[in-house]
Amino acid sequence: MAVPEQKRIGMEVSIAVSHAVQLARAEAIAAYPITPQTHIVEHLSSVVANGELDAEFVTVESEHSAMSASIGSAATGVRTYTATSSQGLALMNEILFIASAMRLPIVMTVANRALSGPLSIWNDHSDIMAARDIGWVQIFVENGQEAFDHTIMSFKIAEDHRVLLPIAVNLDGFILSHVVEAHELLDQETVDKFLPPLVPYHKLDPAKPVTMGAFAMPELFTEVKMAHQVALNNSYGPILEIWQEWGDLTGRHYKPVETYRTEGAKTVILIMGSLAEVAETAVDAMREQGLPVGLVKLRLWRPFPFEDLRNALAGAELVIVCDRALSLGGAASPVMAEVRSTMYPLPKKPRILGYTIGLGGRDTQPEDFEKVVQHAQAEVKQGPSQEYYIYGVRG
Amino acid sequence: MEKFGFAESTKFDTYASRMMPRDEFFTSGHRSCQGCGEALAVRWVCKAIGKDAIIAHATGCMEIVSSAMPQTAWMHPWIHVAFENTSAVASGIDAALKVLERKGKLTGARPKVVAMGGDGGTSDIGLQALSGALERGTNFTYICWDNEAYMNTGIQRSSATPFGAMTTTSPPGKQSYGQRTWKKDMVAIAVAHGIPYVATASPGYLFDLYFKVKKAVETPGPAYIHVLSVCPTGWRSATDLSVRLARLATETAVFPLFEVVDGKYQLTVEPPKIRPVRDYLKPQGRFRHLRDPEVEFIQKQVMDRYKLLLEKCQAPFPEFVPVHVPEGI
Repeated sequence: MAVPEQKRIGMEVSIAVSHAVQLARAEAIAAYPITPQTHIVEHLSSVVANGELDAEFVTVESEHSAMSASIGSAATGVRTYTATSSQGLALMNEILFIASAMRLPIVMTVANRALSGPLSIWNDHSDIMAARDIGWVQIFVENGQEAFDHTIMSFKIAEDHRVLLPIAVNLDGFILSHVVEAHELLDQETVDKFLPPLVPYHKLDPAKPVTMGAFAMPELFTEVKMAHQVALNNSYGPILEIWQEWGDLTGRHYKPVETYRTEGAKTVILIMGSLAEVAETAVDAMREQGLPVGLVKLRLWRPFPFEDLRNALAGAELVIVCDRALSLGGAASPVMAEVRSTMYPLPKKPRILGYTIGLGGRDTQPEDFEKVVQHAQAEVKQGPSQEYYIYGVRG
Repeated sequence: MEKFGFAESTKFDTYASRMMPRDEFFTSGHRSCQGCGEALAVRWVCKAIGKDAIIAHATGCMEIVSSAMPQTAWMHPWIHVAFENTSAVASGIDAALKVLERKGKLTGARPKVVAMGGDGGTSDIGLQALSGALERGTNFTYICWDNEAYMNTGIQRSSATPFGAMTTTSPPGKQSYGQRTWKKDMVAIAVAHGIPYVATASPGYLFDLYFKVKKAVETPGPAYIHVLSVCPTGWRSATDLSVRLARLATETAVFPLFEVVDGKYQLTVEPPKIRPVRDYLKPQGRFRHLRDPEVEFIQKQVMDRYKLLLEKCQAPFPEFVPVHVPEGI
């Protein structure tokens, strides 16, 4: 299929995301302001105020209520969007689990930001990692274009009757949310064709009353959670299918696990989010020096793409997992723990070392990745003194 | 029942029970305790709401007794999400209905939105979400089932527990006479939001309750109804005394029945003679430990508050200036 010519337009990533929500014709938006999510909801407020988007914007008094109102509107059968960050996501935490257990198709942008304390408005992934097990589909994007694309695609995935799950689209706060990038946008007609109006699977309607949110006794709770687990795992197929459809439409193809110069790579860096682009620069530099270093980018965090990751890491001798969060007092940082679990059952497995980098907005340059690689290789040579490190601690 | 509808509630005494609707929206088979005053109130509130409504319910007694998967006692479309957020859920439902109506996607009449919660879910943990929904002008009716403690978790005190009452976390002891604080005034808090309709109601006065609920759901914008829900389990009272106790609460002026329309207070049930609070306290085991000084204090406090309420009812001016934004601005 011929990909139509698309004009590249420079705009802030937050604006691109809200433009995507507008193109998706979201009908209910409930949000509470928190840095660095604010530009997204400010822009959405203004398009609603100008009548450019026929939606209700509910100016809730907290993020807890933002997610609660989102559940209310999604349960009543309208296309629902919200966005948050950090403390806001933490405040929603209780309700996030309920949203997915009730199988409601809500799309939420998380402009990732460190969790207090100490208070930090800057970027890392500690907010979403604290909400890892909420039972949502979770995606990490690398740049503004991906943020735009995945916002629209996520509505289609979430509302697919084979999926019916909420989706969190993670984009790095400030590093992405406040940066002006070139975006290829789509026109309304194209998006309408790709994303038809929501057809609710069930809804609150006096014509056909249902009870939602009934409680489960021990005889049923396990079965309900099993159904949730199966639903989340089974969303993998429709996700790939819809990404493929988008690829055919726009020429931009997405995979659960992306690789960059991994051919013949003995050492592979693994990362999620926008720092992947910085890591690409580092990999280029190291390749130029003749070092067999590659990069693996994890896009789909839930459901976790076990097979794709095993395939992507096949051939690697050393995998360096760069986490953007900590699991204090735990076995490893969150992504590293998952990667290690993924690789553990394999008969031939690479050495896996973890580095937590870029916490709370600490700047991470291409040279930092080179230093991490040098450190990891030296550790492997002498036998690692520990398995994961916090990179760049001063003093 | 439409002919008895909006603004007719003060004429309750002209109707007979056989004229009330026979439709049941809160069905039998739920698991509430014997003599539950709250279940009685729920049944009649649901009748008054009518068929075209969506109910959001907070975690609590009524949710637990009525919605054990895979069963339900609710004939309305009904959603339970969590404890403290039911007003926010109602805001989301209201927003969705607005969009659906605007887009012409509603098939029937626009459903009424009703949120319900216990006294803990309303005056303690749910107060923020309730305040937000009232402030935003959500077009819904909030109904508080006030059984005056966390009964579902085993009778712990809430901010709605009355002075002197024994609960498992306000036990009387050598240095305690039970609950040390006066009941939080949720009605005043609701009125302070400047909403068009606020009322108290009781399962001891079903016509009064019925018409108040009808009035509330037909009021555009937020409405709040505080329903005293007699709880034999938590109040340590005989299960056949629930309606009697509900009536005694009003007859002793402990729980006066009134409404506040656009800031104007009006008593809806005026007992000809106020009985001593002892008549209300005595049948309840939760007040058994109280000595004369405490009872006398309660008596004085109740009468002072009742006098203040009567003064508010006679006030020539409302509690607030209602905000009625004219159309076209």
